[in-house]
Amino acid sequence: MRVLRYVLRRLALLVPVLLGTLFIAFFLTRVLPGNPIDRVAGPYISQEKREAMKREARLDLPFYQQFYLYLADLVTKGDMGTSYTTAQPVTRDLLQRFPATLELVLYGMGLAVVLAIPLGVLSALHKDSPVDHAGRVIAVVGVSVPVFWLGLVLLYVFFLKLQWAPPPIGRLPPTMSPPPHVTGLYTLDALLAGQWDVFKAALSALALPAVSLAVTAMAPLARMTRSAMVEALESEYVRAARALGLPQHVIIWDYAFRNAVIPILTIFAGVFGYALGGVVLVEFIFSWPGLGLYTLNAILSSDFPAIQGAILLVTTVYVFIYLLLDLAVAAIDPRVEV
Amino acid sequence: MLKRVAQSEVLYRIKQNPTTLLGLGIVIFMFGLAVFAPWVAPYDPLEKHFDHVSEPPSRQFWMGTDQFGQDIFSRVVWAARLDLFIAATAVAISLVVGSLLGALSGYLGGWFDEMFMRLMDILQAFPSLILAMGIAFALGPGVFTVIVATSAVNIPGYARLMRSTLLSEKQRTYVLAARAVGNPPWRILFRHLIPNALTPVLVNATLHFGWAILEAAGLSFLGLGVAVPNAEWGVMINMGLQDFWQGHWWAYTFPGVFIALTVLGFNLVGDGLSDLLDPRRARQ
Repeated sequence: MRVLRYVLRRLALLVPVLLGTLFIAFFLTRVLPGNPIDRVAGPYISQEKREAMKREARLDLPFYQQFYLYLADLVTKGDMGTSYTTAQPVTRDLLQRFPATLELVLYGMGLAVVLAIPLGVLSALHKDSPVDHAGRVIAVVGVSVPVFWLGLVLLYVFFLKLQWAPPPIGRLPPTMSPPPHVTGLYTLDALLAGQWDVFKAALSALALPAVSLAVTAMAPLARMTRSAMVEALESEYVRAARALGLPQHVIIWDYAFRNAVIPILTIFAGVFGYALGGVVLVEFIFSWPGLGLYTLNAILSSDFPAIQGAILLVTTVYVFIYLLLDLAVAAIDPRVEV
Repeated sequence: MLKRVAQSEVLYRIKQNPTTLLGLGIVIFMFGLAVFAPWVAPYDPLEKHFDHVSEPPSRQFWMGTDQFGQDIFSRVVWAARLDLFIAATAVAISLVVGSLLGALSGYLGGWFDEMFMRLMDILQAFPSLILAMGIAFALGPGVFTVIVATSAVNIPGYARLMRSTLLSEKQRTYVLAARAVGNPPWRILFRHLIPNALTPVLVNATLHFGWAILEAAGLSFLGLGVAVPNAEWGVMINMGLQDFWQGHWWAYTFPGVFIALTVLGFNLVGDGLSDLLDPRRARQ
């Protein structure tokens, strides 16, 4: 009950923040003089038709009325307007593209965690050894490499030269149809439908973009794991556990790591949020039909409803990650009062 | 604070730390390239050699040429000038604006502080690249746009850092003493509080330099920043991407290596500095 009240209070606090982000998205799209309708409609459309389109898009109204009507539609009907470029409801566009990004980010972050946490723990256990120095070099290089360049280099080596990876043209080869829709995550859906060939194709299409994301995310995770573990291993309770003669793996995982997990989770939330932005660059290179590419194309074609919807969705996901982080910390750490 | 740490000791400890020295070397090298670009680069970065289009590295063109026949080595060198200029300006703007606003907010407190912090919450609810993309869209492409977008997304970070450092400084007795002898509030803020709260902000700025370069190059790579065919690292990688299927690896590899090296240099220096000035480490 107390947890529920806490969650509700946190959700209520999110509402003004999300309203603010939406307002900024509205403001940024309308700063530039000129009208997107003129660009979308092209030169061969009559003045009356143009005016009608403007009215339909509500671009003839003052700014605050546009904002108010948009909110009213969003809250009452879940309607975010119609995209100028895809001519589909933005809500539908977003629902179609979101799973593609989610799948990519989940694999990327999963890979980063699987690589970074053992590396960080190992570095902490063998502080100032060659392993530690190598880990530090990997981390600082990983965070310095631009993700959009890394993706291209990986593609050059593993697709053009070695031909191990599929071409950068999306989630599946064009000859293959997607698995029956359950979650929208192709690998999961393919497994649920028992389509092994689709699963393998989806996984190999994910490999390079996920690795690109993982490399940049790894560095901060590994460093935080290392420093949190070093601190935990030098603590009194670990010394006490050693004195009791507890086995090494119990000391490392049940004592030290359990206490190091909160700073690691905190940095993980930050890395995850950063990946939501960085994924735009990766999707651009790999023609990945996700939210990032959708946002970029919306911006490049002045598609106001699509830009607003995409920004609202991304910021919502972003603030929810931090909400989940706080809930997870409260669940793990008994000292945190909810 | 920086002045108070004995300078010889700082130098000694930097010399003890080979990675910081390496980083410093890289940073100096890149600034050297930026300053001496007209003498280092063999060709004009925008000169189109139409009979040498998309050539691999050779003795005449050390890093090859792009699809317009422009010399990649000359472009990479000139881009050091543009990218470092963008990053330096962006870091300076976000540092000055962010810390002034943060200091003011923390010093004044009350409803101004409350409103300001809520605004920072909203700005920080954006993944930074997404906000930068939105700002770049609103301003239209160009060097100025990249600078504004890159600095705007970092302002909340500086403001928060400055505000929290200032709030803890505010409790110290020297502030009370300064007030007791009759200093006006603005004097306490600018002569006492801000200089004493500046160290963590400056360390943060070194670490941010690398981020600013990545962010600025990313915007231009996406076609929202500096326009093609200007000599900028992100633009060059974008042009390389258009040539990707032809297998012209040199078009994107070299500018990427330069970005990575520069960012690495700044990260190593930033790490070294924060090790040096972090009181927790100093005690060990």
